[in-house]
Amino acid sequence: MTYIAKPKVHAPTLTKNEIGLTRRDYEGTVSTLCAGCGHDSITAAIIQAFWELSIPPYKVAKLSGIGCSSKTPTYFLREAHGFNSVHGRMPALMSGANAANGDITYIGVSGDGDSLSIGFGQFGHAIRRNVNALYVLENNGVYGLTKGQFSAAADKGSTSKKGEANTMEPIDGCLMALTLGATFVARSFSGDKAQLVPILKAGLAHKGLAFVDVISPCVTFNDHEGSTKSYAYTREHNVEIVHADFVPPAEEITADYASGTLQNVMMHDGSWVRLRKFAQEYDATNRDTAYAYIRARQREGEVLTGLLYISPDSQDMHTQMGTVETPLVQLPYESLCPGNAELQKLQAKFR
Amino acid sequence: MTRINDFAFKIATPNGTGSSSANGLLMQAIFRMGVPVTGKNVFPSNIQGLPTWYEIRVSKDGYTARTQQFDLMLALNAQTYQKDVAEVRTNGWLLYDSTWPLEGSVARADVTYLGVPLSEMVNGAFKGVRERILMKNIAYVGALAALLEIDTDVIRTLLKEKFGRKPALMDSNQKAVDLGYEYAKTHLGAPLPIHLAPLDLTKDAILIDGNTSSGLGCVYAGATVGAWYPITPSTSLMEGFKGFCDKFRKTEDGKKKFAILQAEDELAAIGMVIGASWAGARAFTPTSGPGISLMGEFVGLAYYAEIPAVIFDVQRTGPSTGMPTRTQQGDLMLCAYASHGDTRHICLYPSDPREAFEFAVTAFDLAERFQTPVFVLSDLDIGMNDWMVPKLEWDDSYRPDRGKVLSAAELEQAKQFYRYLDVDGDGIPYRTLPGVHPKGAFFTRGSGHNKLGGYTEDDVEYADVMERISRKTQNAAQAVPAPFVRKGSKATTLGLLTVGGCHGACMEALDLLAKDGIALDYMRVRGFPFGDEVKKFLDAHETVFVVEQNRDGQLRSLLTLETGVPPAKLSSVRYWGGFPMSAQHVIAGVKAKIEVAA
Repeated sequence: MTYIAKPKVHAPTLTKNEIGLTRRDYEGTVSTLCAGCGHDSITAAIIQAFWELSIPPYKVAKLSGIGCSSKTPTYFLREAHGFNSVHGRMPALMSGANAANGDITYIGVSGDGDSLSIGFGQFGHAIRRNVNALYVLENNGVYGLTKGQFSAAADKGSTSKKGEANTMEPIDGCLMALTLGATFVARSFSGDKAQLVPILKAGLAHKGLAFVDVISPCVTFNDHEGSTKSYAYTREHNVEIVHADFVPPAEEITADYASGTLQNVMMHDGSWVRLRKFAQEYDATNRDTAYAYIRARQREGEVLTGLLYISPDSQDMHTQMGTVETPLVQLPYESLCPGNAELQKLQAKFR
Repeated sequence: MTRINDFAFKIATPNGTGSSSANGLLMQAIFRMGVPVTGKNVFPSNIQGLPTWYEIRVSKDGYTARTQQFDLMLALNAQTYQKDVAEVRTNGWLLYDSTWPLEGSVARADVTYLGVPLSEMVNGAFKGVRERILMKNIAYVGALAALLEIDTDVIRTLLKEKFGRKPALMDSNQKAVDLGYEYAKTHLGAPLPIHLAPLDLTKDAILIDGNTSSGLGCVYAGATVGAWYPITPSTSLMEGFKGFCDKFRKTEDGKKKFAILQAEDELAAIGMVIGASWAGARAFTPTSGPGISLMGEFVGLAYYAEIPAVIFDVQRTGPSTGMPTRTQQGDLMLCAYASHGDTRHICLYPSDPREAFEFAVTAFDLAERFQTPVFVLSDLDIGMNDWMVPKLEWDDSYRPDRGKVLSAAELEQAKQFYRYLDVDGDGIPYRTLPGVHPKGAFFTRGSGHNKLGGYTEDDVEYADVMERISRKTQNAAQAVPAPFVRKGSKATTLGLLTVGGCHGACMEALDLLAKDGIALDYMRVRGFPFGDEVKKFLDAHETVFVVEQNRDGQLRSLLTLETGVPPAKLSSVRYWGGFPMSAQHVIAGVKAKIEVAA
């Protein structure tokens, strides 16, 4: 066998969440990615977020396309159904699965090649449908498995390992998502777990598609000087503009920051996202000004991170379609088939 | 010479003028007179202005295939006048709008010209440009009613059923019918020697197209998710499904017990179907050849990861865009082995809208039982034309075959679950659905996997799974609908084998050939992989004519590949120009071979 199952170690001293599970219960197999890969930090953050939210792992479906990022669903939530599909097509699978059963939590993991090149169309249309899912784009600006070609997310002027400079403009997943009408847009950095975990939690609580672009340096092909997706570059240029804190439904909201820098957004399930702003003029609930602000700061060489946009009135795919409350997979056949008497009645029309 | 209830006529109009409702009215009226009737709509890939034809064949013997012998032509489109005149059979009739003089250059001495001043009559009787255009069509229905003895009471009843709530519309339609009728009665010596007489042959039948019946089949099969990208000629399948769901699948407060996803392209449409099936729904997508080409990659995933999917391929002419509004059987090979790598898929081949209804249900059962994509291959002729077929029946004791899906209770009992293990020795593993039980979790992947569901790059582990899937697919050969078989009128060494929509043409040709003393045993395959009986049929005959609608003899190639019979004994009979096949095509193909041999 060419995969390694992580042994389940009984450790009674580990902290348990509300449903009695430890972080270990949210792990998967051992990662086969390069040591130091940003994706493994994101996996750890995902494990943390699901554990903190006490979501039963088997009530989760984790889907991905193809690429290094798309391998990662194996590394978390071993008791969840996983689907490592075809390149760039995770959003279609996720849309179909969600249409069939909207009662489970969906997480889609993708990469910059997967979402911004081969699957660009699917990425855009999943956003338009507003599928209720957490969509994580693990963004390293490079094709790893094929050894170092630029991806569509590579910045103009960023150099490859061999020293060649990228000549084309990048596709920015967050800006795209904003123009396409995404109802939740965030950017984070794999090296900043304190920022990423609450964003993932808020994304999971969001009813609709929560898009999270996570800059995740590729240690093997894109961590050199001259790359704008390296650890060093990202650390230096990333500016947190809005910090999201996730407040579970039962807890009280207490304002302890200077007025004007704090914004509370209530989520569909009664939880709250508390946004701490680091720029007075930034409004994470205004799509147009958020877009303009991000663009302006980008021109100054900054990479803005945090929960960049959240729509307070998100209508997810099922709401738009007007489907019944019961997941379609649970409807008994008897309630779906009109029967022979109706068939005979109907055929009067075909005469 | 008088010919009753056995003739064909053709109506030539520019498209977008509303002639389809007039043609539908004619079809229904003849049908309600108890006389078997078939309509073929020959239309352009265009919204307004290009030529369109509607062909109506009346056959007391119940023959449904297209005929190439037109007794009467309604030449109402100046653009195609010349061609239309040429198509009338010797000693036939041609009806034209005599508001304008007829060009002498296209006159034929062996054709009787019937002038009806359609434009003049409707311009006098109706106001408004649109109404005049529409009523001109209804007026030719009136003229035909007189010429062909269509029961005017039946027409009146049909108008009442259609416009019962809009009396003004009913009145103007009736007025237009009367205008045409009176004119033909008074000036044209109606009726013609070819005409109708009431029969009692349609009371257990309906007029329906295959896309509508397939959509209905999906409702009865319990499908809850449909994903699609609109493409001619499959569009009306999803529209049919939606219409029936709106009628049968809504709760009192208007909530839907179905989901229709209009995808961004066919790649996404099949992805949604696979996602929905993976989550446990019965899901399908209707498409045509170009869509199948795009779906290839995902089809391979569903085959290898063993996920059910139902794909309706309403075939049109290829390759590439081809002729989108013309019919063909050009995707037989493509669907049988779709996607890269070693694959082989279950295919069902309905021959008419009734089978299109039944096979829609069969497709879901087979897809779930064998955990694999199933293609239902109809074509534009079956999908979009109105066919007279026996009434649809439904067995209320039917329950879906969901295949081997483990429930929460079963998983609770199980020691451990492995997705791709051949527990029962039939090549079909057990599957689980997301969100049901922690023990049911597994990782679905299109990459190499072993029988336990783990990732592998090991040659033996990889081959083990691939060989099991091959066995599984081969087992499906005995589960697909058995071929339709009819023995020849006498013992014979000749066979005739066909597929799908060629059935009508073949059945008619066999009757006509029998009259000439040529007997052939007949088989129509209805599913793929072929069952043992197909090879036996080929072995049992010295020569087998293989009738199909594509250039390269794809069915013949499939038979050769799959059964190993010597190709030389399979004599190919093909018509593939885009119109439905006629008995004459089959007869010509058979006779050419027999005469050469003699």
